[in-house]
Amino acid sequence: MADNRQNTNVSIRTPRARVQGLGPSGHGAGHWWLQRLTAAANAPLMVAFVVIIALMAGRSYPEAVALMSHPLVALILILAVISVTLHMRLGMQVIIEDYVHDKGLRIAALFANNFYAVIVAVACLYAILRVGLSRLA
Amino acid sequence: MAPTARPTVAQPLSPHLQIYRWTWTMAMSVFHRITGTALYGGTALVAIWLVALASGPAAYGYVAWFFGSILGRLVLFAYTWILLHHMLGGLRHFLWDFGLGLDRERRMWLSRGTLIGSVALTVTIWALALILR
Repeated sequence: MADNRQNTNVSIRTPRARVQGLGPSGHGAGHWWLQRLTAAANAPLMVAFVVIIALMAGRSYPEAVALMSHPLVALILILAVISVTLHMRLGMQVIIEDYVHDKGLRIAALFANNFYAVIVAVACLYAILRVGLSRLA
Repeated sequence: MAPTARPTVAQPLSPHLQIYRWTWTMAMSVFHRITGTALYGGTALVAIWLVALASGPAAYGYVAWFFGSILGRLVLFAYTWILLHHMLGGLRHFLWDFGLGLDRERRMWLSRGTLIGSVALTVTIWALALILR
């Protein structure tokens, strides 16, 4: 195999200095770590979410609004939305990187993944805040 | 450098799903991705429900009607199982991240437990919801 390494004799820059800042150096485990952190947060939040949904079932509109206006319910839902949308964005990113091999398609899919996660998060947070704060007005 | 013609000999491919004998750990790994993808789409339903609640009684009426219908209840039932399955799968991965339960017997039972536990929990939650109603 041909030696195509740069000739380090003509520069005082070391091989390490040339790659510093390229690729995932410095935050290699960041994705993995945030996936686990949000997973740990999701577990109790989703148990609470299932309870809230069960309490919501069969309620009339004013009753549903009243339940959503409870600070504890609104707070749990806000935390759940933040943790879940971060978690799902990371998970889908891994799936895209594993299965979408065409570079252009992959970039488009990664863009769409981010847009979807942000749209879902903002829509949910807007709705929770609007309902949760409506009774104060 | 001029592009060279692709070699005509068949290149060896790395083995994929169809090559391996199915095992519980492999099946539950595949299930974890599938349930994760389903939950990813399912968050749109949560967003629609919340935005409808914020939009007023008319919009909420449509959404409440759908989730109260047979199809809506089926969706919610499936959603419950998918959520719990992904959650238990995540807890199993936490154990493995700490190096626990990786020997042959335990990893197989942890994987079986994910499916058994998620089905049992789903049935329990829906039975409780119907009894307490």
